[in-house]
Amino acid sequence: MERPLILQMQGITKLFPGVRALDDVTLEVREGDIHAICGENGAGKSTLMKVLSGVYPHGSYEGRIIYMENEIAFKDIKESEKAGIAIIHQELTMIPELSITENIFLGNETVNHGLIDWDAQRRRTVELLERVGLTIDPDTPIKHLGVGQQQLVEIAKALSKNVRLLILDEPTSALNETDSANLLELMRGLKSRDITCIMISHKLNEIATIADAVTVIRDGRTVETFYVEAGQIDEDRIIRAMVGRSIENRFPTHESHPGEVIFEVSDWRVEDPNIPGRMICKDSSFFVRAGEIVGFAGLMGAGRTELMRSIFGRNYGVYLGGSIKIRGKEIRVTSVASAIRQGIAYVPEDRKTLGLNLLDSIRITTVSANLRGILRGRLLDLDKEFQVAEHYRDSLNVKTHSVNSGVTTLSGGNQQKVVLGKWMFTEPDVLILDEPTRGIDVGAKYEIYRLIQHLADQGKAVIIISSELPELLGISDRIYTVFEGSITGVLDRQDADQEKLMRMMTNTSKLESNAERTEMLYEVS
Amino acid sequence: MRYLKKVLGGGLRQYSMVIALVALTIIFNIASGGRMITSSNFQNLISGNAYVLVLAIGMLMVIVIGQIDLSVGSVAGFAGMVMALSARDFGLPWWLAVLLALAIGAAAGAWQGFWLAKLGIPGFITTLGGMMIFRGGVIWISRSISVPAPQELKVFGSGYLPDWGPATGINNSTLLLGIIAIVAFAFAQLRGRTRSANLTGKTEELWPVVVRIVLVGVIIGYLTWVFGTGRPGTSFPVPGLILVILIIIYHTITQRTRFGRHIYAVGGNKTSAALSGVNVQKTYFLTMLNMSLLAALAGIMFVGRSTAAGPSDGTGWELDAIASVFIGGAAVSGGVGTVFATMIGGLVMAVLNSGLMLMGVGADRTQVIKGLVLLAAVAFDVFNKQQGRPSITGRLFPTKEGKLQDGEPQKGTPASSDS
Repeated sequence: MERPLILQMQGITKLFPGVRALDDVTLEVREGDIHAICGENGAGKSTLMKVLSGVYPHGSYEGRIIYMENEIAFKDIKESEKAGIAIIHQELTMIPELSITENIFLGNETVNHGLIDWDAQRRRTVELLERVGLTIDPDTPIKHLGVGQQQLVEIAKALSKNVRLLILDEPTSALNETDSANLLELMRGLKSRDITCIMISHKLNEIATIADAVTVIRDGRTVETFYVEAGQIDEDRIIRAMVGRSIENRFPTHESHPGEVIFEVSDWRVEDPNIPGRMICKDSSFFVRAGEIVGFAGLMGAGRTELMRSIFGRNYGVYLGGSIKIRGKEIRVTSVASAIRQGIAYVPEDRKTLGLNLLDSIRITTVSANLRGILRGRLLDLDKEFQVAEHYRDSLNVKTHSVNSGVTTLSGGNQQKVVLGKWMFTEPDVLILDEPTRGIDVGAKYEIYRLIQHLADQGKAVIIISSELPELLGISDRIYTVFEGSITGVLDRQDADQEKLMRMMTNTSKLESNAERTEMLYEVS
Repeated sequence: MRYLKKVLGGGLRQYSMVIALVALTIIFNIASGGRMITSSNFQNLISGNAYVLVLAIGMLMVIVIGQIDLSVGSVAGFAGMVMALSARDFGLPWWLAVLLALAIGAAAGAWQGFWLAKLGIPGFITTLGGMMIFRGGVIWISRSISVPAPQELKVFGSGYLPDWGPATGINNSTLLLGIIAIVAFAFAQLRGRTRSANLTGKTEELWPVVVRIVLVGVIIGYLTWVFGTGRPGTSFPVPGLILVILIIIYHTITQRTRFGRHIYAVGGNKTSAALSGVNVQKTYFLTMLNMSLLAALAGIMFVGRSTAAGPSDGTGWELDAIASVFIGGAAVSGGVGTVFATMIGGLVMAVLNSGLMLMGVGADRTQVIKGLVLLAAVAFDVFNKQQGRPSITGRLFPTKEGKLQDGEPQKGTPASSDS
């Protein structure tokens, strides 16, 4: 039973100016295990992995790393790769314009007499893709692949370098359920080939199903390591270790008091901006009451985001018809600015690329969607700006020492609070939240849920798009399902469960095999 | 050291560019045997570079939105030529000719804004086209011959302020400007102190504020004396005054108006700006329009200075303007940069030009040195960014106290590396 340790990190301490990011961290990974590392955002997980993979070179940290029975001192990533350690980052790092083959062999080309041997590379790529369960043309440009497939190619690339220890940083955070399932399956496959995986993840259900061992890190220290064969892995225990307290319920209890219908969309029709004739929204109609939280469920590519962005001032697609009513009055929204003025707010799904200007301070971000709100005459009142930013920092409990700090200094959860504050300052009647808790740790999620409920209690209509069904079930009063641009149904919370929703989201009477569902998914996306 | 920091109200590094400028001036003064800091040299420095600095203001905004404008020199030359021709051949009064030139500038800007904003052609291409079109245009309409300009324009290019009142030994207009500047600075400092006390509940000690006021007061006072005690009839130059007014206007536009916020938002993250209700196309359009309008103004000032419009006026100006903006710490990718820092960048170039000339260094070697300075300045910024700090010179003179030192703990802290 006792398998040898492939990796021992002992007493790792890493200091940044003013911050002790890692404090005497110990990590032991057994060969062939899937070893999960979890902890809240900012706990030091990624820093630890950067120490391991040589991003932070030897000498910039204290402590010892023993890998395959040798003490190692990597100067950079190249050296760690040579030793068989590969890291797959949260943000995919491939070049979209290049083909799969070109990406896999980038910087590592097979050269014959000074020229690239394309045939050999292609043959090898096909083999590698087979190992990760992909059967696609190796000449396909990366940009034509879905996120899930791209991730598999990244893994294939790691395999091409004879990886012994594969580190995956939140591998499923951008994937839908089928792709996630595929990826986890693949990790099991790697394990049978004696490749050790370290996986950073927030998704406790995944960890519970796949991991052999879990190490929990909190505030830069190792809290505990649990082993599956000792029967130690259960979600509540991990959560307790992560937050240092027990969270009885992951969703705050809340009683909604829905009022009248204040937001109504009828027969909304939108065409794909790139492919004429392809409909993104097919006669969609829905409504939201004041004080109600309404969820939108659907697989990735079902068109939920596109529907909301087309409503939000025709920010996406070509508008063909349909009407929007707020408080019974039909409104015309032809631009984002007019949507904001008429009381619609949309918090986009990806903070870093859509929601924030990463160069801005918290203060400038907070007022950026409602500059009129701080206008005095024709000039911006910077004192008012400061007061507004301070107000939202207090009321949303943003953890920062000053609103003049850059938004990049904040953790994901706090960034999301700032973005929420930015949209609350526009004083909307209707608040559309697209994946509001993606990439946020458990504790911060709870706070975000409470904020959402608080907004509903103020009589706002709240719409939530989420790919995590438990989240939708936990927080919504009603859930609409979307499939291929059509709204396929609506369920009240008490009538809904994951299986029913999944059936409506895939528009099938019963769930088909995994493979068929995957196929369908790619057609959609 | 600690006291020095308090006086500078934040990091010393914020002021590195200003310090470099002052040091450069003093070094050149010593090396040239005191010929650098003289009334006539400073007056020439200002009126000989004001038009480039005017261009740099517009270029800063263009670069902040993430674009570039290569046509400014050609547009300046074209507008100046139209003005000279319309005055000479159609007998337009000088002021009408000036208005016509500004209108030509605005039209040229609208033309380029249209291609960029409506058709989505990158600014580099749009304005490369504009550079050829308007350069060709100047040569075409002037038939390659210089055209004399109305005498009244001379004041815009190299004029001086009048002297009046009692004999103070200093040109009284310059003296008045100096006093206004000192009083305005002192007022702003004191008011800023009480306002920040009201807002944050923390009162800054009084003495650093006073030291700051005295320090800046001495510098302004000294400059007033240098500018005001030249040959009789000279003063702080009119083009310099135009520049100062434009700096104040554009500083306000970029830092205190919705449009200003929009250009930074568009440059920082176009998609997020669009989702925050910013009309990205309109912002592009107006920024390009404004650039060409300022280019026309620069052209007018230059023609005024040389009293004639030439077919090659404006050649290469775009590069000087772009260099000023980048020495001032703007980011090539957009979203970063301020009007003040750009002006410092432009003055560094101007002082280099002037100082090297005084030392008898030829134009060839001056060019080499300017190129190296540009590289060094940007490399300095890039280095600082790699350390995870925001651009030093880009955040020079932040809108509010302490933007820089608060923004410091960036990449590398667990908060950001984990999220």
